[in-house]
Amino acid sequence: MGRHHHRLVPERLVPALGVTLLALLPLAFLTVFFVLPVGGMLVRGFYPDGAWDLSGVGEVLGRDRTARVLGFTIGMATLGTALTLTLGLPLAFVLYRLVFPGRALLRAIVVMPFVLPTVVVGVMFRALLSSGGPLGFLGWDRSWTAILLAFVFFNLAVVVRTVGGMWEGLDRRAEESAAALGASPTHVFRTVTLPALLPSIVSAGTLVFLFCSTAFGVVLTLGGLRYGTIESEIYLLTTEFLDLQGAAVLSVIQLLAVVVMLTLAARARARSEATTDRAAARSVARRPRAGDAPLLVVAGLVVAFVLTPVLTLVLRSLRGGSGWTLEHYRSLGDAGASPAMRVSILDAVQNSLSTAVDATMIAMVLGVCVSIVVSRRPRAAWASRLVSVLDGAFMLPLGISAVTVGFGFLITLDRPPLDLRTSAVLVPIAQALVALPLVVRTITPVLRSVDPRIRQAASALGAPPMRAAWTAEGPVLGRPLLAATGFAFAVSLGEFGATSFLARPDRPTVPVMIYDLISRPGVENMGMALAASVVLSLLTVTVMGVVERLRVGSVGAF
Amino acid sequence: MQYADTRHRGAVRLAAGLGLMLAVSGCTLLGGEEEPAQTGPNLPENAQSTSQPSPQNGEVVLVTHESFNLPEEVLQNFTEQTGYEVVVQASGDAGALTNQLVLTQGSPIGDAVFGIDNTFASRAVNEGVLSAYSPSDLPPEVSEHALPGDAATYLTPVDYGDVCINVDDAWFEAEGIEPPQTLQDLTDPTYQDLFVTSGASSSSPGLAFLIATVGEFGQDGWQDYWRDLMANGAVITSGWSDSYGVDFTFSGGDRPIVLSYASSPPFTIPEGGDEPTTSALLDTCFRQVEYAGVLEGAANPEGAQALVDFLLTDEVQAAIPDSMYVYPVTDVALPELWAQWADVAQEPIEVDPELIEENREDWVREWADITTG
Repeated sequence: MGRHHHRLVPERLVPALGVTLLALLPLAFLTVFFVLPVGGMLVRGFYPDGAWDLSGVGEVLGRDRTARVLGFTIGMATLGTALTLTLGLPLAFVLYRLVFPGRALLRAIVVMPFVLPTVVVGVMFRALLSSGGPLGFLGWDRSWTAILLAFVFFNLAVVVRTVGGMWEGLDRRAEESAAALGASPTHVFRTVTLPALLPSIVSAGTLVFLFCSTAFGVVLTLGGLRYGTIESEIYLLTTEFLDLQGAAVLSVIQLLAVVVMLTLAARARARSEATTDRAAARSVARRPRAGDAPLLVVAGLVVAFVLTPVLTLVLRSLRGGSGWTLEHYRSLGDAGASPAMRVSILDAVQNSLSTAVDATMIAMVLGVCVSIVVSRRPRAAWASRLVSVLDGAFMLPLGISAVTVGFGFLITLDRPPLDLRTSAVLVPIAQALVALPLVVRTITPVLRSVDPRIRQAASALGAPPMRAAWTAEGPVLGRPLLAATGFAFAVSLGEFGATSFLARPDRPTVPVMIYDLISRPGVENMGMALAASVVLSLLTVTVMGVVERLRVGSVGAF
Repeated sequence: MQYADTRHRGAVRLAAGLGLMLAVSGCTLLGGEEEPAQTGPNLPENAQSTSQPSPQNGEVVLVTHESFNLPEEVLQNFTEQTGYEVVVQASGDAGALTNQLVLTQGSPIGDAVFGIDNTFASRAVNEGVLSAYSPSDLPPEVSEHALPGDAATYLTPVDYGDVCINVDDAWFEAEGIEPPQTLQDLTDPTYQDLFVTSGASSSSPGLAFLIATVGEFGQDGWQDYWRDLMANGAVITSGWSDSYGVDFTFSGGDRPIVLSYASSPPFTIPEGGDEPTTSALLDTCFRQVEYAGVLEGAANPEGAQALVDFLLTDEVQAAIPDSMYVYPVTDVALPELWAQWADVAQEPIEVDPELIEENREDWVREWADITTG
């Protein structure tokens, strides 16, 4: 005891020092690429020409429209989150706890919507729902129902992958013993499974909420401009009216709303968090049983819901002037096929992939640092509060308008050594800002579920801090790391919103190409835009499929 | 059974995965920008100008919107002729572009700008983001499109497009109904539930259409027109690709009257057919003119001036219709299909750019209240 006592000081300090150093890199990144630009835009709004000016604040707050827009944004994000979770959990169970043929394919399909450009999804949803479309009888065209469905469509992947990743690694023995002791399946789920999953459910819900509350294109397209969100107002005020004060007021409201939401989420997580017995890499999935029927049905319906617009897209991409054809796909290979194309699809894919590699590397390096830091549980109250503030801080970029960040880059990163306004680096950086929260929310719940005593035991046995952390946490990290990598990659491949406000060098990625094609007249351009969307989806599915394969690969693979 | 040694596999696989991604993508953007090798052997000539004649006079950076597009050969000819290499920085639409320039005033992100249109021109000029330059000897067909007054010394017209109501003639013929002719016709009960337009708050043709109605019905009359239009069942979408690509009967929708461009009809010639099945109503058009100029504080003002001059050469002007779907301002020949099927308005509806700048925000807000309640 005495011996241990005298080693206590370095033992506590060294990890604390390490953790602090680990936090510095992501903090610097966040400060330069988020706090600074957003702060710059707020200063331009409230402190123009070197003097405070708050004359427009009352007017913006007093507008009926502001209250309506705020209510609609929060209401729809809440509904969207609830519905996505309700439908996503059964699907996560089926795809990550059961084994059946075609499972890998289904897992990949669920991710497809996540990368589809909003403009394409808007066109597909409207083609189905508009009064002349096959589902026109539902009367959902230009309604909030359509917006809600699109929220679910886009975000299912977030829930399925975040929760599925946790669920997959959960040791089934606790559930089995409860069942053996006579608990009903519902009871087992409520008392054993749900508590273990809750942190990842809260994580997924947080992400979905942030995505829904900053959704913008899809709200305008599917709502037919009848509904505005805070995001669409900020866009209008900034890019059309140049009303920077109005935009700043709304940005502050947005910031406050996001902070409140993150605080609530952190509380819920703190209450629910417990260390969990993890089955490490042991496969715990089983074959479906008769009792799984209801969940299988729900999951089947959800997959059908995802597939309907996706299949519409695929079919329409194969329609030409005279029946079925591959001409749109062939044309994509030829940069000269349409003046709307500046490069061939191969070049665009290459541009997309190289940007995505950069964005993924940035997001993973920073994300792992952040996850390690925020999964620590310091004893001092202030330190523990600091950790949760940090945790929230890295979620913020998802909740803040891309217009504000994009325009903020322009006015703050304008002098050496950070004159990056026109640099090609800014695009992967902006994408990494979006991917970072997903990485953190995928890895952190798993890290937090590891009993800190394992690490302490390793330290006590003489392992240096890094080694101790690796021994305790390494074994369970493999899957979440892969999941997070795949996710970050997908975010980057599909990302268009945040980067469309950046001055981009003339190097079109696939989403940019799709946008170029769909905004030009001509049946061919539309067909090629749809074909390019299918290519983008398949590319994503392939990349994520490769990641899945790494995960379930056979022993001899490496 | 297959997870005998789990300790390090995660890390190994992660590393392998990242390695694979790197292999898949060839390499990354970071740090490799100058290397010709990064673009790979199978890429066509447009992969930057690394193998092209080396620019002796450095770069000229063109700030523009995301619809900017010129063939790579054309830009390379500019380099050959002047020694400047064009670097394109594109983002947003005309509005976002103008506002970015205003925000970066004094420390611009480039030397020249292309794509400010007549609905945003006054803002750019008034905010002082431009340096006075316009070629001195503009031919009359070009100066016809110039901005009124002093503004013409800052911005040079490069192209124009007419935003007009389009109708699906095939649909009207099949239904045995006369298609509408004027803006006023759209409020006629004959055309109830037949019109779709993109919104003024979210799309630039939508904004042009709102301004057209202001020009046609006056500053105090357009509101009633829009109330009648909405009462007659007009539908508003967020963007052009949505209204034209989904709701327009030509694309399989159920509305045969749509807001589009005078240049749209030639793209509706059916396969095997020889004339378009749609047409533009030339009495309903608002003309969007796009300008180029030299940015105040440009690092390379001479290069920027050379680029503005270059945009008016026959080579660029002739390439404009096919690359950007708009009309050249000089009298170069139009592509054959355009000459035949894409007439422009003889007398487009006009509104003074200053008036637009003063009222844009009020008009759009009022419009939003009328149309979306």
